[in-house]
Amino acid sequence: MKLEVGEIEIDDIQLGDETGIEEGVLHVSRSELRKLLLEDKRLAAVEMTVARPGDKTRIIPVKDVIEPRLRLDNEITGYPGVTDKMGRVGSGRTLALKGAAVVTTGDIVAIQEGLIDMWGEGARYTPFSQTCNLALTFTPRRNLEPHQHEEAVREAGLKAAEYLGEAARDLEPDTTHLYELPPLSARSGELAELPRVVYLEMLIAQGLLHDSYIYGVDAKETLPTWIHPNEILDGALVSGNCVAACDKITTYQHQNNSIILDLYDRHGKDLNFLGVVLTPELTTFTGKVRSCEHATGLIKSIGADGVIISEEGYGNPDSDLLQNCKLLEQEGIKTVLITDECAGNDGFSQSLADTSPEARAVISTGNVSHPVRLDPAERVIGNIGSLANLAGGSGESFQDDGSIVCELNAIIGSTSEIGYHNLTARQY
Amino acid sequence: MSANPRIVCYLNQFFGQIGGEDKADTPPHIEMKAVGPAGALDTQLGDAADVVATVICGDNYINEKDEAFAQVADLIASADPDLVVAGPAFNAGRYGMACAKACQAAGEKLDIPAVSGMYQENPGLDPARRYAYIIPTSDSAAGMRSALPEIASLVEKIVSDRQLGSPEEEGYFPRGQRRTLFTEKRGSLRAIEMLLKRLKDEEYQTELPMPVFDEVEPAPAVSEINKVTIALVSSGGIVPAKNPDSIESASATKYGRYSLKGYNDMRQLDYRSIHGGYDSAYANEDGNRVVPLDVMRELEERGEIGRLHDYYYVTTGTGTSVANARQMGEDIAAELKSSGVQAVVLTST
Repeated sequence: MKLEVGEIEIDDIQLGDETGIEEGVLHVSRSELRKLLLEDKRLAAVEMTVARPGDKTRIIPVKDVIEPRLRLDNEITGYPGVTDKMGRVGSGRTLALKGAAVVTTGDIVAIQEGLIDMWGEGARYTPFSQTCNLALTFTPRRNLEPHQHEEAVREAGLKAAEYLGEAARDLEPDTTHLYELPPLSARSGELAELPRVVYLEMLIAQGLLHDSYIYGVDAKETLPTWIHPNEILDGALVSGNCVAACDKITTYQHQNNSIILDLYDRHGKDLNFLGVVLTPELTTFTGKVRSCEHATGLIKSIGADGVIISEEGYGNPDSDLLQNCKLLEQEGIKTVLITDECAGNDGFSQSLADTSPEARAVISTGNVSHPVRLDPAERVIGNIGSLANLAGGSGESFQDDGSIVCELNAIIGSTSEIGYHNLTARQY
Repeated sequence: MSANPRIVCYLNQFFGQIGGEDKADTPPHIEMKAVGPAGALDTQLGDAADVVATVICGDNYINEKDEAFAQVADLIASADPDLVVAGPAFNAGRYGMACAKACQAAGEKLDIPAVSGMYQENPGLDPARRYAYIIPTSDSAAGMRSALPEIASLVEKIVSDRQLGSPEEEGYFPRGQRRTLFTEKRGSLRAIEMLLKRLKDEEYQTELPMPVFDEVEPAPAVSEINKVTIALVSSGGIVPAKNPDSIESASATKYGRYSLKGYNDMRQLDYRSIHGGYDSAYANEDGNRVVPLDVMRELEERGEIGRLHDYYYVTTGTGTSVANARQMGEDIAAELKSSGVQAVVLTST
């Protein structure tokens, strides 16, 4: 499978009357986009705002972040099984509007979600302070049931990203990246001498509002699934999560999965990147055993020497993470785990909800309860009051001088367990 | 008065020059000067800081008397220090425990840093390290000569507001604190590099050593369940709609206690879930799914349980630190016990 991702650099987004890209500026027709998004009768209104890096702007509560893209050479231009008909993605040419992102906001269920600060201290903690963001604030139809609300906003964000991607159709990319892996049976010569590495990506699959979708299939209804990394990069995986913002994998991060990209970077040089297994983090004991045993079986039969395991979420899924590690290590397959920590505000508490002596190689992406103080914003997109109910915020988050105090928990992507950001925690 | 940072030293009866084991019951007192090793430390510190007072207490007294901790804390506070140095205690167990209390007083009561020195097997090391930077010493007072310069150097760095490096860099015992820091390389790259090292059988350093867990013995079964008072305790986050105690939706530090008196069904109450870790739609639809009041009332009615306690206790169990969870558990258990509750149904989500 061969995927060419062409990058079109976007420096700014301007709202106006027509949609198109000119000299790095993405112009967006307000009326056309609004019309498209409100075709879904579950949504009553949408407000559009551009948030640029450096703006004293806070977006809260953020549901998902999506990179605008256009798939060429494929009749499926959208997200297969979600916003478009079913079909396979991951080969051919795709154009990505680099530097631009769609950010969906508006109250979802008033508890989960997180924030993006475009400037100052908060900007350091989220990768999405570096993108020029088109924030879409959705108001649902009255009395819309929460799960319908989530689905409507999820789909609207994806549709908006597709719509923006279309603007790139006639453009030549600034840079092109080629992603290609030969079939396992065709790996010979020097490549076959290199250590064989699989990426095991764990996905939260704990019920509605805590779900991920693989080709539109709710991950909690799946067995661990072997998948080509290109399919993930090309839109087969979509976030439906409304969980702790710090470590949920947004759709943008699926499209730009840092483990996949970094493995590709080393492929053929230091390692032989075999592929990816997606595994659901379920809530029942039987489910956990099934996922972990089956994932281990798959990886063993594929013949991996080493596995990178990334977790999504914390607490309950810690047990899945450690169980995956234990079973793989018992099969003689070496693992490195990526997790964040729940070490309490002061960092003195125990970090994980489970433990295993086999987990001897672990990357920490920071303490989710690490408190940060963020200056008052000049402009808030969404609703700052929602911080009182966010994971990582509370009624006491609001300071007299207008600043806020929250945990990293509340900042989108801060402790990303696919290692998308550059935080860690160290023993002091 | 000197503008230098103010250090108060804590010493036991022996190093405080009162006497040996026969003086171990001496209550604490303060001398507004540097006594014994505190004097040598003062010399080491030069102009970086001044030892302004020495608090001296008998090892038995501080370890056995309930009031000793507050007395020592008050004495230390009376000299208005910027930092406390306790010991060094080498491998003297009771002295190590005493130093731990002095360090705790500095951290908890005064919110100032503390420095100490101990042998790695001193039982005072564990309780003290949370509050203090402790340098490793030899197991006997013969190591005083090498310990003091190291303590002085650490003190100097702390009072001059220089950011202390990691335990490995600075040579103190790890304090058990996880600090969040920025790194040059993103996590995915660090993971791949660590895996490559493992695959080549090269040395690597995990970023998170695995925790060691406490084993909790399950309590024995309640023998006469039809005679006892049972309470409901939940980590499912169901609280009165306005969340009057501002319990956090994740990383909880608080719990609430709410009355069930006169109610048979959670749906009679205007309660909701503020829990940030699960889909609360179904819990909000019917609170009995998390706090099973309806079923408990049925059991009560049928005489299968003695009675249901008038209050339920609740917090949110997601991202809640183990330290906070333990504290809440202890507090709730104590309240329940004093209310005559003999058994608890715990519901999680």
